[in-house]
Amino acid sequence: MTIGLENYLIVAAILFTLGIFGIFLNRKNVIIILMSIELMLLAVNINLVAFSVFLGNLIGQVFALFVLTVAAAEAAIGLAILVVYFRNRGTIAVEDISQMKG
Amino acid sequence: MIEVPALLPALPEIILAIGAMALLMLGVFIGEKSLRLVSTLAVLLLLGAAVAVLPGYHDTVVTFGGMFVSDSFGGFCKILILIGSAISVIISVDYLERENLKRFEYPVLIVLATLGMLMMVSSNDLIALYVGLETQSLALYVMAAFSRDSARSTEAGLKYFVLGALSSGMLLYGSSLLYGYTGGTGFAQIAAAVSGDGPVAIGVLLGLVFVMAGLAFKVSAVPFHMWTPDVYEGAPTPVTAFFAVAPKIAAMALLVRTMFGAFPEISDQWQQILVFLSIASMVVGAVFAIVQTNIKRLMAFSSIGHVGYALMGLAAASPDGVKAVLIYLAIYLAMNVGAFALIIAMRRKDGATESIADLSGLSRTRPAMALAIAIFMFSLAGIPPLAGFFGKFYVFIAAIDADLTFLAVIGALASAVSAFYYLRIVKVMYFDEPVDAFDVNTGRGIAAVATVSALATVFFLVFAAPVVRVANTAAQSLFQ
Repeated sequence: MTIGLENYLIVAAILFTLGIFGIFLNRKNVIIILMSIELMLLAVNINLVAFSVFLGNLIGQVFALFVLTVAAAEAAIGLAILVVYFRNRGTIAVEDISQMKG
Repeated sequence: MIEVPALLPALPEIILAIGAMALLMLGVFIGEKSLRLVSTLAVLLLLGAAVAVLPGYHDTVVTFGGMFVSDSFGGFCKILILIGSAISVIISVDYLERENLKRFEYPVLIVLATLGMLMMVSSNDLIALYVGLETQSLALYVMAAFSRDSARSTEAGLKYFVLGALSSGMLLYGSSLLYGYTGGTGFAQIAAAVSGDGPVAIGVLLGLVFVMAGLAFKVSAVPFHMWTPDVYEGAPTPVTAFFAVAPKIAAMALLVRTMFGAFPEISDQWQQILVFLSIASMVVGAVFAIVQTNIKRLMAFSSIGHVGYALMGLAAASPDGVKAVLIYLAIYLAMNVGAFALIIAMRRKDGATESIADLSGLSRTRPAMALAIAIFMFSLAGIPPLAGFFGKFYVFIAAIDADLTFLAVIGALASAVSAFYYLRIVKVMYFDEPVDAFDVNTGRGIAAVATVSALATVFFLVFAAPVVRVANTAAQSLFQ
């Protein structure tokens, strides 16, 4: 069996969907949301690298490097915000993030 | 030998990038007391960058290997963004000092976010778009959580971060599909790949939808608006004022640039999405604002509604539509900085207040402030001859010219509904019994900004002709 472009795309699509569901279905812990976000970005990277190989140009791999860099910065800021939030509330359960509604 | 790209078209961005670093160093060396100095320098830096936009304003130049474009459309939006950011710094300083948020990082973060916005407006490639958008967003997440000892502010930051990252993920997934199905990330390459006859590849359409969903999050168009009311309410008021103006203009300009830069030939495909976003935003913005008691939350729904009107201009998919969007954004800037300057000024001895009931009887305790708020509310409602009316007028005309009459009709109805809650604020100020008066000492910056933007709103007719002319040339530059 040869592994073609569509196999990569399907894996990436599944990972991306898992990431989105992880954000919305998870009611327990904000850290899981951060992991889900990471999963989405990595799914995108699989897409980019697979396309890059099958198209035979390097733009996709350059894009993937940018995504990795920005994802690192994003995770750092997300964790920092999470820490200040935890200091104020003493919890990081998702269902408690509901001071403002309406 | 590597060729050095032409740097001059990116002069405003370079000024901001280097200036932000310099301000950060300055703040670190001087320490806690430097907020006022760093803020003053940040305002000068932003205005300096606005001046740097002017020399290359009329030329369309593409540089950095096709990733960066400088034209009069970008120039127009950049000047609006820079003015909005500079005003945000001016109206923030007093508030930050009183609320014990004296940290010099605030103006530096505004400068960095503005740098990202300028890169967004000038982006001509999906990679440049993404990097600019993230430069902006990462600074904004931190700003939403800026009052780090307040549970509400950090919650706003957390919500904004999670939903912002989700939207970036969707945008990226769309970008990867567009790259895969067109073979490039440059807008010109994508436009060339989708311009041929025959049906559009399903991958391109999927990518287009994902990219539009990601951008709709950033402009807070319904149904991607859930974060807006919470973030606007939870973030410190000056941060809300900043969020409501500059990032909105930048994201809207980016949406226009992406649609007309990368997908000019398949406008019938994205037009229907924009029509839906526009209708949903106008209706939700008008209806949900009615029940709000917090003025920041009310302004959040108001801004959702206004995004709906601006999207109507874009949905027209014509040069006149883009012209209408640009006029709308300029007027939106003038009205909103004034309204938010006065919301920041709402404070008593025991601290800032933000409930609409606190405005009761303001016309007797603070007549000038009440008059200014009334002017902004009438203008936001779109009552002639104030500026807000003309913004809506051009958008409606563009929609009707593009055979979207039903869209204009829905817009007019939504604007009638939204007039209810704007006028309710005027009623509370003029006909309800007075409560405790606000502090008289609002600070010179806020007073000056409110006065100037109130005058601009009232006398828009006087300088309407030049604004329309400049917006027209800016819109034309997108269609060359």
